[in-house]
Amino acid sequence: MSENQNPQGPSRDVTRHDGHGTVAQTDRFVDPGVPEHRPRLTDTDPKAAKRNERIIAILFAVSCLGTIGSIVAYFAVRPDGTTPGVRLSTVLLGVAIAVSLFGIGFAAVHWAKTLMSNKEYVEERHSSSSSDEVRGVVQQGFKDGLEDSGIARRPVLKGAVVSALALFPLTIAVPLVSSVGGDWNVGKFRHTLWKKGTRLAYDPSGRPIKAADLTVGSVAHVIPDVPAEERESHEWITEKAKAVVLLVRMDPRDHKRDHREGASYDGIVAYSKICTHVGCPVALYEQQTHHLLCPCHQSTFDISDGSKVVFGPAKRPLPQLPITVDSEGYLVAEDDFNEPIGPSYWERLK
Amino acid sequence: MSTTTTPHATAEPTTLIGKSADYLDQRTKVGVLAKQLVRKVFPDHWSFMLGEIALFSFVVLLISGVFLAMFFEPSMALTTHHGAPATMDGQLMSVAFSSTLDMSFEVRGGLLMRQIHHWSALIFVAGIVVHMMRVFFTGAFRKPRELNWLVGTLLLILSLAAGFSGYSLPDDVLSGNGLRITDGVVKSIPIIGSYMSYFIFGGEFPGEHIIPRLFTVHILLVPALILALVGVHLFLMVLNKHTQYPGGGRTHKNVVGYPAVPAFATKMGGNFFIIFGVLALMGGTMAINNVWNYGPYDPSPVSAGAQPDWYMLFLEGSLRLMPGQAEIVTWGDWTLSLNILVPAVIVPGLLFTFLFVYPFIEAKVTGDRGEHHVLDRPRNVPARTGLGVAFLTAFVILALAGSNDLIATHFALSINTITWVFRILFFVGPVFAFWITKRICLGLQRKDRELVLHGHETGRIVRFANGEYIEVHRPLDEQERWLRVNYDVRRPLEIEPATDARGVKRKGYKKDKRWQRLSQFFYEDRVEPVTPAELAAAHAHGEHDELEPQHDAPALVAGSGSAEREH
Repeated sequence: MSENQNPQGPSRDVTRHDGHGTVAQTDRFVDPGVPEHRPRLTDTDPKAAKRNERIIAILFAVSCLGTIGSIVAYFAVRPDGTTPGVRLSTVLLGVAIAVSLFGIGFAAVHWAKTLMSNKEYVEERHSSSSSDEVRGVVQQGFKDGLEDSGIARRPVLKGAVVSALALFPLTIAVPLVSSVGGDWNVGKFRHTLWKKGTRLAYDPSGRPIKAADLTVGSVAHVIPDVPAEERESHEWITEKAKAVVLLVRMDPRDHKRDHREGASYDGIVAYSKICTHVGCPVALYEQQTHHLLCPCHQSTFDISDGSKVVFGPAKRPLPQLPITVDSEGYLVAEDDFNEPIGPSYWERLK
Repeated sequence: MSTTTTPHATAEPTTLIGKSADYLDQRTKVGVLAKQLVRKVFPDHWSFMLGEIALFSFVVLLISGVFLAMFFEPSMALTTHHGAPATMDGQLMSVAFSSTLDMSFEVRGGLLMRQIHHWSALIFVAGIVVHMMRVFFTGAFRKPRELNWLVGTLLLILSLAAGFSGYSLPDDVLSGNGLRITDGVVKSIPIIGSYMSYFIFGGEFPGEHIIPRLFTVHILLVPALILALVGVHLFLMVLNKHTQYPGGGRTHKNVVGYPAVPAFATKMGGNFFIIFGVLALMGGTMAINNVWNYGPYDPSPVSAGAQPDWYMLFLEGSLRLMPGQAEIVTWGDWTLSLNILVPAVIVPGLLFTFLFVYPFIEAKVTGDRGEHHVLDRPRNVPARTGLGVAFLTAFVILALAGSNDLIATHFALSINTITWVFRILFFVGPVFAFWITKRICLGLQRKDRELVLHGHETGRIVRFANGEYIEVHRPLDEQERWLRVNYDVRRPLEIEPATDARGVKRKGYKKDKRWQRLSQFFYEDRVEPVTPAELAAAHAHGEHDELEPQHDAPALVAGSGSAEREH
């Protein structure tokens, strides 16, 4: 082994700093210092430097071409409103912009790596804290300031200023918070558009459903039958978010039980489509097993057995809409849901 | 110009730049600041570029975001869409969705900007995460940088908020269902959940306020906070000076590297263009979030196999894994949805709490009050490295669980089985990952010792005159060796005894004892670095290496030419 040479760096960190949570060891190796600087090929060979200069210049030139290309692409390729047309324009523009940016980026990095000095410098660090002297001055400053304010001698003012400052945000917060929640009537969670006699209609056409139209094994996405013009409003979207129902006709022999006593009609069951977990539409029906799967978090309900949860993060069965047929043979609701649809919330059972 | 006392007397400026600088300096004293920064030394390492990925992605987000904001209309008013794409022509939809379609199909470059914006968001969060991994595993969060770690963790949370609020703006089916899940999670919060839901949506879900509200959050509140915190983050980075990797001449009292101007600034600037270029290329060639395929938000449909953006996968997975039985009805018929609260609030809460408190816990169990500017090699702090890997394992398992449906369909597996496997893995995986990582670290440390003591294997077999064979080992050069011996070994805390000299019980002993146990968890197993004495002993003892082969070997090799040729 060769002897350690003198460290080239400014510091020989031979001994431990105290307070590093370690036991000081006297028997330590000596810092060999910053490794010797090794010149690059471009530092020693003017030809290599010249070659790299050319490369960098070419890269910048490529960037210019990319910019020109992007402008050409912008004007030359007009999207025609079709997806392929838009895609073409997007690809050409994107690639041209990328070329423009890459040219600059690679040129700059290559320049820095080959032609700019890569000599290491060593800079001293200073303690992150200020000196005791400075701290003393600051302390004194605050002390003097406090003294000048006289707050220590006038405790009433202390209380007064704290109260005023603590209260004034209410001037903004109260109007904001009280308005931001609309009417705050969370009781709306309990009601949907369904009521006695509302016909079941196909989503999204709005055509009422006849019981006779449903064959065994068929599934229908259902909304309440309301006039078409009423379905073009926000109120409708919000109501639809609660009212959507999944209708399934199964062989009555397969149907073990209803979730809500007597709610089904001749093997036709209507369950809320809104998952009792966090509210995704439960849309995947498996005909053989009568399992209904939520595609978001895989809660699985057995709708032949009162939609009880057979797997996944939901706890409760889907609420069931009681249905029957009217005199014309259309499926109608007998009542609204008798429990809030969708995810659980604190006062759900109140 | 004032008469100057600096060694290089500055003459009256003649160039335009010189004149501008003079003008500015006479009014702002900016020269003082520039003096600090122009030749400021920055250490160089590829991993210091990870934070730049996040920073520059954010800049690209701002640029592309301004473009999008010119064309996006954050309104939920219903309108009949006219124009491309043909599938959406004549459909009733929100103005937000309609303007998203217009900016994709009518505005040239609009779709490109949307895609660049979306990809940048994904890379932004990814950049933050890998940057945090670098900081964590190298111990860069230690004093004096704990505060900057906190700022960084806040930035991570804000980046998630930015991503989430932006994802929901187009008002398509996917994002609408994402909002609905959010609504379900919010409602699960005890006591105030329903009112929180009204607070967010201005009434019942979805209502007509959420898009404009999210828009304000997305383009004003969150970016303003991110910008401010990025400012603080970079200011603290400059103030504390950058950390440096261990190596010859690198100490806690210096910084070794390259000056800001020109090489460092040039590389950084070049890096911005390269990152922007990558994002432009991704935006141009990789389609993302084709909202016209999903259609405007409608509460009824949902698409199977839908995934949130990657940074939300862990929450999604967490929701998927939790069994439903946890939902309970408490006294007084109040519903407590632990099946949602635990995975969506408590699990992420724990993950972020770990990030926030870790630097302080480690400092406490290390009994460490010193400043650290030289980074740790991850192997030299096995417990920390193990904890970090355990954390990532939990995160990755949750994220994979968030794609359990895709795993099921791609590999033709039962979704129920996959879910059960992940449920178990979530608890077992991190523990196992911790254990195995710690063992690997200790193994690597022992390997370092081995290398320092015995040198590199050369593959050269030598036969002695007495017939003994040895393999010649080449000793490490001093830089290689210094890297492997120059680290602090931390030991478990030593605490005052339970009773004082007179046998009186000491207050606070139990607390100390708890910290000591934690400290033992961290530092009980450790590998000490080689000392010069040990190395000397190895030399003296080393009949098989360190025989100064360059002097002795030729004589010894004489009879062993064949052995040497074999290698």
